[in-house]
Amino acid sequence: MVKKGRIVAFFLIVLLLGGLIGTTVMGVTKEIKLGLDLQGGFEVLYEVTPAQEDQELSQDLLNSTVSALYKRINVLGVSEPRITIEGEDRIRVQLAGVKDQNQARELLSTQAELTFRTTDDEEQMSGADLKEGAAKVVFDNNQPVVQVTLKNPEKFANITREISQLPQPDNRLVIWLDYEEGDSYQEEVTKPADEQKFISDPAVRTVLSQNTVVISGPPFQLEEAENLKELLNAGSLPVQLEEIYSTSVGAQFGEQSLNKTVLAGFIGIGLIFLFMLFYYRLPGAIAVITLSVYIYLILVVFNWMNAVLTLPGIAALILGVGMAVDANIITYERIKEEIRSGKSIMSAFKAGGRRSFTTIFDANITTLIAAGVLFAYGTSSVKGFAVMLITSITVSFLTAVWGSRILLGLWVKSRALSKKPGLFGVKESEIDEL
Amino acid sequence: MSSRVRDIKFDFVKHRNKFFAISLALIVLGGLAIAIFGLNLGIDFSSGSRVDIQSDETLTTEEVSKEFEGLGLQPESVTLAGGGEIAVAAFKSELNKDEVAEIKNTFTDLYEIEPSISTVSPDVAVDLAKNAFIAVAIASVGIILYVAIRFEWLQGFAAIVALFHDAFFIIAVFSILQIEVNITFIAAVLTIVGYSINDTIVTFDRIRENMKFEKKVKTFDDVARVVNKSLVQTLARSINTVLTVVFAATALTIFGGEAIRPFAVALLIGLLAGTYSSIFIASQLWAVWKGKQLKKKKFSPVESEV
Repeated sequence: MVKKGRIVAFFLIVLLLGGLIGTTVMGVTKEIKLGLDLQGGFEVLYEVTPAQEDQELSQDLLNSTVSALYKRINVLGVSEPRITIEGEDRIRVQLAGVKDQNQARELLSTQAELTFRTTDDEEQMSGADLKEGAAKVVFDNNQPVVQVTLKNPEKFANITREISQLPQPDNRLVIWLDYEEGDSYQEEVTKPADEQKFISDPAVRTVLSQNTVVISGPPFQLEEAENLKELLNAGSLPVQLEEIYSTSVGAQFGEQSLNKTVLAGFIGIGLIFLFMLFYYRLPGAIAVITLSVYIYLILVVFNWMNAVLTLPGIAALILGVGMAVDANIITYERIKEEIRSGKSIMSAFKAGGRRSFTTIFDANITTLIAAGVLFAYGTSSVKGFAVMLITSITVSFLTAVWGSRILLGLWVKSRALSKKPGLFGVKESEIDEL
Repeated sequence: MSSRVRDIKFDFVKHRNKFFAISLALIVLGGLAIAIFGLNLGIDFSSGSRVDIQSDETLTTEEVSKEFEGLGLQPESVTLAGGGEIAVAAFKSELNKDEVAEIKNTFTDLYEIEPSISTVSPDVAVDLAKNAFIAVAIASVGIILYVAIRFEWLQGFAAIVALFHDAFFIIAVFSILQIEVNITFIAAVLTIVGYSINDTIVTFDRIRENMKFEKKVKTFDDVARVVNKSLVQTLARSINTVLTVVFAATALTIFGGEAIRPFAVALLIGLLAGTYSSIFIASQLWAVWKGKQLKKKKFSPVESEV
């Protein structure tokens, strides 16, 4: 007696899964965050040294640097910046999909410490004397300039009083961005205007007692003025950043890699599907269903984890398909063996499932150990690969072991397959007589 | 195919010395290759800079070198890839931020495709290599421990020998073909480590199961019989699984594009080596060791624990 109900249940489940995947898969793939190797962008590893020599590089200092960097990146409008502290003195910044990479890089590593100095390079005032977040771009004779607001106008009045009394050409207030030990105004002022390291050096002729100061620059382009404003408002970095590793991927390179790898993935997975159908017949078809569910689930889980898909990540996903296929093959080979030994389809299914479980379990755990170590010791792209591999192994275990078993079980228990070993790819002649 | 595979009467254990000899010979050859040619280390491991330039038209090395000269830069080498539409320039030194910006602007203006640029300082390169090595060592210890608990120590060691056999093969082929070794190569080797062990474990699992059914395993011949039986039983699975994964790896190699190709090639070689080692090396090695262990135990009152 064939129990039709179970077969109906099988088709209902398949239809349901197909409907779910068909209607949501586009949304799911759109939500996936692509790494910079797939959409262009850059990654920089900075070595951090404190700005002041007597300062210790503490965890607090690193944390405040990271938050200052986040503020600056907001200016760039990058949707998914990733900034991580690595080891004791390194910060890794990953920006995917940045339009102007050069500008972004400049903006990130500038310390943005504004100082006001005399012509002898003596510091008179620093960024600490400015009101926080009050810098803005204003126009002076149609020329963009940056206006900052002072905390204490009296201090500025005193400074300008002193400077204004100096003889020419020493009556200048020199404004520096990121003054470094050893920089000298006297040297810089002899250089052509576009090579000078200081921003501007207005002459001071009277005492200035207003609470705003205008930095007119060497003259600024509008964009330069905007950048300076944002830098000043985001606050200066308490540290100096030196690039020790960087990789940048052009947007077209990334797009090409993505398209090619996805195409290769489709071809590879398609071949696997054909092989499974041809070689394992009905169970093969079930493997194809569970493998499709596996790929879908991987993408969903990946979104949940808020992980970034990178090139090695796609490779890991395709490899995960291999692992899932292996679990199916181990089970089906085992069932075929049991059928050949003369067991009924029902008991061959049960015995095959039971015996293949430990094999698959042990094989998956050993691979998980390798993937776990990769996760712990890898950085950036290797870590991405490991995350994908771990997710793949876990999900493939669920779909290939339980998923396949439930679906195949519906068929076996319906008794529709009894006496039809051909559907498992076993010939009648191969079956031993009991 | 399955019926033919099942009826194979091949004695996998009897010919073990031939397999060992083949592997040994290949390992010696691979070792020589590595000693002579060395590895083509990418900047991830050797420090320096790398610029990938792409154009819609075919590029020439002269053309690209000239552009760099115009910027006052002297690349260590300029090579073409991807049918001549991609040029890769390598620098021994790290390009600084301003040089990177200049290169980007120049080539984006010229070819309307933004180049990809990586720079690595020596410190970082050393760290990467060190971390990769530590990762392999820790993974090996972890796997031996797990196999020892679930199976037995001897099988754990046999599995690790097979693992290093496979990893070494990838490194040797990369040396011979002078494919660039970069960070994704490390990922590929570690994947193979996982696969190789996976493959070996499936066979050992069958040996473990068949040993339970054996009434007496007292001599090497008994062990050899069990190993042969297990290998024949798992042969269809071994071949089919490697076939499917080879499909995926081949598709990645052919269609996957420049960035992922070294990874895919490493994977392909590792998969083939891994299948070979799990069918012809690992179990045989274990059989030999187990045989010796049984011989010793004959003279002691303790019974074989299997």
